[in-house]
Amino acid sequence: MPEHAPDNPRRDFLRKTLTLIPVVTVASTGLGVGASQLLAAPQHAPKVPATPPAGHYQPTFFTAEEWAFLQAAVARIIPADELGPGALEAGAAEFIDRQMNTPYATGAQWYMQGPFNADAAPELGYQLQLSPQQIYRLGIAAVDDWCKANSGHVFAAQDSATRDRILAKVEAGELVFDALPAKLFFSLLVQNTREGFFCDPVHGGNKGMVGWTQIGFPGARADFMDWVERNEPYPFPAVSIRGERA
Amino acid sequence: MANVLKKVDAVIVGFGWAGAIMAKELTEAGLQVVALERGPMQDTYPEGSYPQVIDELTYSVRKKLFVDVSKETVTIRHSVNDVALPNRQLGAFLPGKGVGGAGLHWSGVHFRVDPIELRMRSHYEERYGKAFIPEDMTIQDFGVTYQELEPYFDFAEKVFGTSGQAWTVNGTVVGAGKGGNPYAADRSSPFPLPAQKNVVSAKLFEKAATSLGYKPYNLPSANTSGPYTNPYGAQMGPCNFCGFCSGYVCYMYSKASPNVNILPALRQVPNFELRANAHVLRVNLDDSKRNATGVTYIDAQGREVEQPADLVILAAFQFNNVRLMLLSGIGKPYDPVKNEGVVGRNFAYQNMGTVKAFFDKDTYTNNFIGAGGNGIAIDDFNADNFDHGPYGFVGGSPMWVNQAGSRPIAGIANPPGTPAWGSAWKKATADYYTHQVSMDAHGAHQSYRGNYLDLDPTYRDAFGQPLLRMTFDWQENDIKMNQFMVDKLSKVAQAMNPKSIAVLGKKVKEHFNTASYQTTHLNGGAIMGTDPKTSALNRYLQSWDVPNVFVPGASAFPQGLGYNPTGLVAALTYWSARAIREQYLKNPGPLVQA
Repeated sequence: MPEHAPDNPRRDFLRKTLTLIPVVTVASTGLGVGASQLLAAPQHAPKVPATPPAGHYQPTFFTAEEWAFLQAAVARIIPADELGPGALEAGAAEFIDRQMNTPYATGAQWYMQGPFNADAAPELGYQLQLSPQQIYRLGIAAVDDWCKANSGHVFAAQDSATRDRILAKVEAGELVFDALPAKLFFSLLVQNTREGFFCDPVHGGNKGMVGWTQIGFPGARADFMDWVERNEPYPFPAVSIRGERA
Repeated sequence: MANVLKKVDAVIVGFGWAGAIMAKELTEAGLQVVALERGPMQDTYPEGSYPQVIDELTYSVRKKLFVDVSKETVTIRHSVNDVALPNRQLGAFLPGKGVGGAGLHWSGVHFRVDPIELRMRSHYEERYGKAFIPEDMTIQDFGVTYQELEPYFDFAEKVFGTSGQAWTVNGTVVGAGKGGNPYAADRSSPFPLPAQKNVVSAKLFEKAATSLGYKPYNLPSANTSGPYTNPYGAQMGPCNFCGFCSGYVCYMYSKASPNVNILPALRQVPNFELRANAHVLRVNLDDSKRNATGVTYIDAQGREVEQPADLVILAAFQFNNVRLMLLSGIGKPYDPVKNEGVVGRNFAYQNMGTVKAFFDKDTYTNNFIGAGGNGIAIDDFNADNFDHGPYGFVGGSPMWVNQAGSRPIAGIANPPGTPAWGSAWKKATADYYTHQVSMDAHGAHQSYRGNYLDLDPTYRDAFGQPLLRMTFDWQENDIKMNQFMVDKLSKVAQAMNPKSIAVLGKKVKEHFNTASYQTTHLNGGAIMGTDPKTSALNRYLQSWDVPNVFVPGASAFPQGLGYNPTGLVAALTYWSARAIREQYLKNPGPLVQA
């Protein structure tokens, strides 16, 4: 759905958010905005951002079962808690699905000529022939199969505490899969979840800049000449490439 | 059958710093010059336009500006007894992809060199005796002195628009109490721009280092502290500490690059042509094998093209200079078993250690603020500024806070023991992201008989040519030095009174890890020197074997420096260009008799 479509829920969300900011509508680096306006609403600590409204994103790479897994997993890797929304609310699952349609996901940015040596020492880096798409496909199926064999239910059907216990086993390599090393799947999942939590919203994650706001990263402001020497909190909220303001 | 083009006076392979400097110098001498760049055209617009460039995912995480390893990579093994495997994903080092090379996405730390590191073997033998240097350590002298290079360091700084504080100018102390480095060699003029401001992290480091009796100084930075116009008429704007420096194109025209500081001048002259997407396969030699006739490359459409030239400059990334010499039969390949040959010999790197200090919420380090060349350093343990005798290792290390800007996807560091996910990770990240100081020991790395480069017998690039094979591992001297430096640095960190610290140093017998970022400061393999038995190039960076081939770049360093290499690469390239202009063009042939 195009960003400017009138019934785009994301657009709707932005419009609603912007109405909450009385003085500044869109500020990136202050272009076209007076300094007094920028200084109008300083904040002194990472604030607890509101939860962005759930979108209606339909995955194009992941199947319905895989999509359920992914949402259930990112919700535990970076959970919603007292600090604010987690990776699920930030749109990390949507981000990962979108990434699956980029050259990165097919391994096109990696040297993928054989021969492959899957038993190489870890110091020699990644030596498998699996692309990120394949790692997700095989990894999700492997975890779901293990869950079904153990409890009769897939991963997404487990409660939060159980999901955490299962993920910890995957992280530690305690689960041994035929298809791929469990640790490889887990590290890709964590990496991509963080990307979805902290990327610019232009990539489909970090909706409402909730990831940035929780840690105090100001996004695309990219101009700190006046702040270099100050041992004090940076007061301005994050902005995105498209000029949204958190 | 290759399409044969009209002959030019000089063809330059690679358009990073070395290629751009050579192109400028040789066009000034009146030569018709063609530069061939394997990657795409890149410039401030569009690759560095605001706000699109302020995109961590696209640039540093998905590696927009780095070499495309799907087409061409290196293979790596730890010893001659291992089978090398390809570096399938970028990790330890990040060479560049297109026009500007790594000089477009570098940070901008712009040092000269400590003079003793140009005569490393002689210096150590004189001060500590021959037996102090391990038997398998192959360090040697560059064959050029700091005094000879000083005018070229000076001019390069003026081209780069470098910010910094001199200690002495023509022997007079000017930098005491102002951030000058008392260990720095004498200079013929001040830096073209004053030192940049310092971030809070650097100030904390300065205070802690001073309390321990060390002598902190402002890092020389090729990020501008004010507006600047260089000798070529290229203009730069003041750096605003945007924090998107290393891995990015500078949207402010504040970070020196071949694209900003040299290419605009080259565009004005009719005797220069830059061809992007031209992947050079080899240097062509005539039947004597003593004379290059030009190069053969693959163009963007995949056609083979021959570019004849009287003079061939190999100015590609360090790896690629060595590889092109091996693929072309220029110089005798190094054999570590027989200890003969020169091409591939003395491959060296950087020996990094890092310490991170974590603070309470009343210390705002605001790590998203940063500039790549900016910071505060100490040289008390660099080069031979301390007595190595009691410690039994060769080499030194500057130490610093160099806050280039840390971004949330890849720049998150948490105290040791923090989980990698879940609410505990999230809380630690929120607690520490803007309250931490990262400092490095940027150690020199020595060369050894067993660390070298040659062609891989198995793996090939996208054009069917053998990949370069890197045989490399940390040696006992490296680990010893790293542990010493990390210990000293940890004490500086502790003097800041943080809540906790994380120490990232090397362990005994630790192997080189290709997946863990070290630096992109790869050195050697086509080294300069005074003896053709132990160097591929003479002191003017001219091939001993094929005198119309010159090879500027860090590939000419016989060992790795404590400082970052770009300043020495630039100075050596100007030094070599001057020799070509003043000596070689008048009488083409060897500038030094073997």
